[in-house]
Amino acid sequence: MELSGAEIIMQFLKDEGVEIIFGYPGGAVLHIYDALYKQNYIRHILVRHEQGATHMADGYARATGKPGVVLVTSGPGATNAVTGIATAYMDSIPMVVITGQVPTNAIGSDAFQEVDCIGITRPCVKHNFLVKDVHDLAVTLKKAFYVATTGRPGPVVVDVPKDVTHPDIKIPYEYPRDITMRSYSPVTRGHSGQIRKAIDLLLGAKRPMIYTGGGVVLDDAAEELRTLTQHLGFPITNTLMGLGGYPATDRLFVGMLGMHGTYEANMAMHNCDVLLAIGARFDDRVVGDVKKFCPGAKIIHIDIDPASIAKTVKVQVPIVGSVRSVLRDMNAMLAESSREPDRAAVEQWWRQIREWQSIECLRYDRTGPRIKPQYVVQKLYEVTGGDAYIASDVGQHQMWAAQFYPFDKPRRWINSGGLGTMGFGLPAAMGVQFAHPDATVACVTGEGSIVMCIQELATAKQYGLPIKVVNLNNGYLGMVRQWQEFMYESRESHSYLDSLPDFAKLTESFGHVGVRVEKPEDVEGALRDAFAMRDRLVFLDVITDPTENVYPMMMSGKGQNEMLLSALCRDRELA
Amino acid sequence: MRHIISMLLENEPGALSRVAGLFSARGYNIESLTVAPTEDATVSRMTLVTSGSGEIIEQITKQLNKLVDVVKLLDITESSHVEREIMLVKVRATGDSRDEVKRLCDIFRAHVLDVTATSYIIEVTGTGEKLDAFLDVLDRRIILEVVRSGALGIGRGEKALRV
Ligand SMILES: Cc1cc2nc3c(=O)[nH]c(=O)nc-3n(C[C@H](O)[C@H](O)[C@H](O)COP(=O)(O)OP(=O)(O)OC[C@H]3O[C@@H](n4cnc5c(N)ncnc54)[C@H](O)[C@@H]3O)c2cc1C
Ligand SMILES: Cc1ncc(C[n+]2csc(CCOP(=O)(O)OP(=O)(O)O)c2C)c(N)n1
Ligand SMILES: [Mg+2]
Repeated sequence: MELSGAEIIMQFLKDEGVEIIFGYPGGAVLHIYDALYKQNYIRHILVRHEQGATHMADGYARATGKPGVVLVTSGPGATNAVTGIATAYMDSIPMVVITGQVPTNAIGSDAFQEVDCIGITRPCVKHNFLVKDVHDLAVTLKKAFYVATTGRPGPVVVDVPKDVTHPDIKIPYEYPRDITMRSYSPVTRGHSGQIRKAIDLLLGAKRPMIYTGGGVVLDDAAEELRTLTQHLGFPITNTLMGLGGYPATDRLFVGMLGMHGTYEANMAMHNCDVLLAIGARFDDRVVGDVKKFCPGAKIIHIDIDPASIAKTVKVQVPIVGSVRSVLRDMNAMLAESSREPDRAAVEQWWRQIREWQSIECLRYDRTGPRIKPQYVVQKLYEVTGGDAYIASDVGQHQMWAAQFYPFDKPRRWINSGGLGTMGFGLPAAMGVQFAHPDATVACVTGEGSIVMCIQELATAKQYGLPIKVVNLNNGYLGMVRQWQEFMYESRESHSYLDSLPDFAKLTESFGHVGVRVEKPEDVEGALRDAFAMRDRLVFLDVITDPTENVYPMMMSGKGQNEMLLSALCRDRELA
Repeated sequence: MRHIISMLLENEPGALSRVAGLFSARGYNIESLTVAPTEDATVSRMTLVTSGSGEIIEQITKQLNKLVDVVKLLDITESSHVEREIMLVKVRATGDSRDEVKRLCDIFRAHVLDVTATSYIIEVTGTGEKLDAFLDVLDRRIILEVVRSGALGIGRGEKALRV
């Protein structure tokens, strides 16, 4: 088969099993767009801003485990994509971004719409490639998908100069089915000696704790994790990225940990004697002050990336390997072993944890006339039967969504944890809906975040996506205001959002349904009505209490045992 | 602690900037860095001298290993090794100092590569310490120019760092 570079890209994507790509055209990719026009197997979604394309591809990847694919032009197309690439990078999301580039002979001449895309994206990609010869195109694309999806996943950029895709230059094409790269070979199996050591520690533990993260979700290892946890009967917590990796409504689950995690999860971390960390990277929002972290614990850490291990916290038993494979090995060893966990000690430990739980750290005051954001999320949970895909933006609303929507399944909770990118929520929700057209998909957002990618409402209209947007509108950059209240004596420097649009009307102008909700008693009805409209995007602009704060909170410089509780809970703690 | 990290890199454009970018992005320091092709045209060998605590060096080697362009990596300071650096020094050499400089060269087994009526170019090879010592004994006022290669290193014995 003789194909041009542009045709090779299309044919390759098909051969690679790609069904959908998110993009935006421009001069440097016009040959590719022409090839796109002439085929009918790849579905292209025309976004309204390249950032939207990357977040959509990202949401698609998070919901499916398949790599998200993006196509943008050179220069501003590439730079607009950078935020989305960095977002995917921080959360280890598999993604392949094809960027147009000026023709090879113009590179370096400050040509029209030229940027050094390889240089700009280098620090926020797993790897990137510049294709200078059409003969390298197919193999490079294969390498890009291979690198993006194996080991610790991440975004890969392929920069393609315009002449490489020229329709007149046709070369033989064959799909490069297998690829080996001598400089890249991710480990999967964990070392059996280390695994045995881990089992020994776990079976001897008196105050054990399991702490799992995004790695469990990324590796589709929820089932293996469940088997292990149920067998051991140990308490388990998830990071923000790991939510859904273990069923949140199970009795062994003690909630999220970290800055806005539950009191009981953080206290159990602080007081445990053996910590099993799985696919989690000891982020500073989880650990707090490193010097105060888990003072009495022996730590086992399973991670596919050796660089994640002992990066911030020293561990006693490092296990490099994929979560799924290591957990399978552990489950097999446990099944064969005649030894049982120390059930009596663990029961004692649970009594202590139940005491911490009795503080009910997530309680909030629902008595006032204003809508409480937590209440909205609780109602959202009820109305969707706890089985929706929830994408979120960044801020207080993100934390309330994480705290009040218990996720029982992985890949249901879609949020930007590592980069914390405002503007992520709506396009990510759209990516999820493209992947699962019949699923219930909601976006929990704030009036600050939503405007950062609001133009994608047009894309949602064009493709008829029936997403439900729940805007927790507190009139503030609430998370910023909260920090100013706690740390800057309430000097609200530029955190109040004056001149907000009428979101209901704005949404209507895009052709969707917009509803403003102002009273607590209207929340549930509005949600029910919205989700009953199965074929429409509904935007609920919910006016919430602007003074509400996210509790509990681990302030900076504090340890996990030093959480700040809401006024409602403080007295109980003393008791 | 000072460490010498030897790497085989894919001989690709951009490989060097990935390594350099990693060091600046993560705030690691680079004392010296040399890179050149090897007998195998598809790889180049980089020698990088850095310093830091045990934990930092561990992170550096792990992060370097993660770079897709890095084929193999070895911290050669972890075991017995040989280290060499080359230095070229241009000095003003007139009158009495011509002999004086020549004598110093003999002591350091340095060679004079180029001679003009008023200057010498001297080549010295050795460990970084030896080169420092040579510069120390030269009269500062006659040094016109100094260029150093940065350290090269190789482990002792039959074990080899190769693809
Ligand atoms: C406003 C805000 C507040 C936040 N508050 C909190 C908070 O209270 N609590 C909290 O937890 N986070 C919080 N975060 C998120 C935080 O910043 C981090 O993103 C998060 O804690 C990281 O989660 P993780 O440790 O699960 O790592 P991830 O970023 O999900 O990384 C996954 C880890 O798993 C490994 N891995 C990947 N694939 C595999 C595999 N196949 N096998 C084995 N290992 C694998 C990776 O190498 C990596 O180490 C907050 C973020 C924001 C924006
Ligand atoms: C692109 C970007 N800019 C700035 C920030 C810093 N930031 C974090 S949360 C936040 C406020 C978000 O406001 P809003 O969307 O209204 O959510 P709320 O906290 O009020 O629920 C800001 C500005 C960010 N995370 N992302
Ligand atoms: Mg707000």
